[in-house]
Amino acid sequence: MAHRNSPLHAQRAHDGALEVPPVKRIVLDRHPTAIPPPAVEDDGALRRRPAVGGPERLRLQGVSVSYAGKAAVKDVSLSVHQGEVLALIGPSGCGKTTLLRTLNRLTELTPGATRGGSVLLDGHEVHQLADTELRARVSMVFQQPNPFPMSVFDNVAFALREQSRKRPRRREIEPQVIEALRRAGLYEEVRDDLHRPALRLSGGQQQRLCIARAIALRPEVLLMDEPCSALDPRSTETIEQLIGELSRELAIVIVTHNLQQAHRVADRVAFMYLGDLVEHGEVEQVFRTPKAPRTRDYVKGVFG
Amino acid sequence: MSGSSQVLATRARPRRSSLRSWRWSDRIVYLLAWFSGLALCLVAGALILYLGVRGIEYVSPSLLFSRPTAGVDQSQIGGILDPLLGTLLVVVIGIFIATPIGVASAVWIVEYGRPRWLARAVESSIEIVAGTPDIVIALFALSLFQLGLFGFLSFTASGGGVYGRSFLTAGVAVSLLAIPPVFLATRDGLQTLPGHQREGAFALGKTRVATIRRVLLPGVRPNIGTGVTLGMGRIIGDTAIVFLLLGVGASQRFDFQGGTPGLNALRGTGATLTSYIYTTSPAGEGNAPQKAYAAAFVLLLMVLALNAFAGFVAGRGAAGKMSFGDRVRFGAWA
Repeated sequence: MAHRNSPLHAQRAHDGALEVPPVKRIVLDRHPTAIPPPAVEDDGALRRRPAVGGPERLRLQGVSVSYAGKAAVKDVSLSVHQGEVLALIGPSGCGKTTLLRTLNRLTELTPGATRGGSVLLDGHEVHQLADTELRARVSMVFQQPNPFPMSVFDNVAFALREQSRKRPRRREIEPQVIEALRRAGLYEEVRDDLHRPALRLSGGQQQRLCIARAIALRPEVLLMDEPCSALDPRSTETIEQLIGELSRELAIVIVTHNLQQAHRVADRVAFMYLGDLVEHGEVEQVFRTPKAPRTRDYVKGVFG
Repeated sequence: MSGSSQVLATRARPRRSSLRSWRWSDRIVYLLAWFSGLALCLVAGALILYLGVRGIEYVSPSLLFSRPTAGVDQSQIGGILDPLLGTLLVVVIGIFIATPIGVASAVWIVEYGRPRWLARAVESSIEIVAGTPDIVIALFALSLFQLGLFGFLSFTASGGGVYGRSFLTAGVAVSLLAIPPVFLATRDGLQTLPGHQREGAFALGKTRVATIRRVLLPGVRPNIGTGVTLGMGRIIGDTAIVFLLLGVGASQRFDFQGGTPGLNALRGTGATLTSYIYTTSPAGEGNAPQKAYAAAFVLLLMVLALNAFAGFVAGRGAAGKMSFGDRVRFGAWA
């Protein structure tokens, strides 16, 4: 993964001459196992589709979060629209993930966390919604793929079941499960045996299963917390394409450390630093002509 | 960096250096470790071998399936059917009480655990119960169950005194032996479940109860299985509680005392394999060594089978496969 993140390699890939990284000469009796990083075409292909710019889903007004009195997010105001991908970028510990988890009130689970300001979902303050209803409408995919210890089918069915008081029968929810798996681009790979344990899937498949689970309830907003950082490049590519497709019908907020990824998938970018929202705007604007010096320092590696 | 690790791996290293080249201190520690492991194996092997040799010649289907009778000679005192069933009955009652309590308190400790002082109090109470000698539990339980309040658990003498000794009271008392292992195994399992599994369920809009029922408990099912098996082992092996709360006597049969046999058998006294061994063995207070050896052999087999099962359950959990219960549930839904 380190190869992908380094601007040097991205540059090399751009030149067309794909070089095999030098293999240490000391290893005489083995075939070189190092594989060149795949050439990622960072031309923003996913973004080239016209941004839909649908209705506003989430609006954050002066949101601040602190853990036991220590401020993690300070006075952030943003809005998230349906049909677009908002990427939160910034160095480690700058509050991206905290901000993301505030949107579906997962920060509440941390003892000592307090929130100020307001988060409006379709104009309603999220604290006035039941947390279960909110989280069904604003669902989340985590950094580490976390399928439940049950079958592929049940992982998705679990999201659908128990929303209702009466436990729906299997064949009633089967179409919805298959639909969710299909939208997450996983159905073709698991259709033969929907009842295999989810933990036997590969990491990328597990993450897509988590996405299927998250979109099965037809949420309005999908939060993704570094969804690709535990995955290999190929799975990353699949998931990025998936993000592009899903963003037509959903509002997506994605936290990522990978600036190239933010550049590839996002329509808008918000740069955070030490809890402050330093700058946000269209992706090209933030990456090519950042206004704040801090942003410029942070994103300058993207284009080599 | 990968290159250097490959270099390390490819460099030929002697598989095992000779003990002669070791320092003396290393040699001593090595040999001590070796021999203590070996000694334990020898003890276990000798136990099994001895009981096997002595027991197997006396174990027979007629012994297993015939009921004990009163008699002066060991050829006349019948078989071990009643103690065998008694052991099973006590185990079943004990486990049925211990499992829900152990699992529920572990879930409360890990998932809720507020207020903090109460959680700490619960944990130390369970440690105290785990550390209490079973004879103390037996004395405490006997004085408790002889109160009129608990008269329904056993028989009442004509004078109004509650007998306090029955399968039910013994089952309740032995459940205290099984609660700590069930609790500890479940708690450790819940604590090692990755936090993002909980959050994953919460992030789907699940309530705490749904998360616990559908995600956490299935996730720790192997742990619960291990704890239950260990608890069963403790119950099977217990003698003091059975001795005080179930009754003594090699000829103990299920005590029906008329009326509905099901409930009255539970309210009546009886014997388990351990108390049977105690009352038949010359080392205890009997004179029927053949019966004692046979019963001891059967008891040992039960414990070994339970241990093997516990290892199987724990190993399956570690392999990350789907649990047996999930298979069952798919079957039910398909």
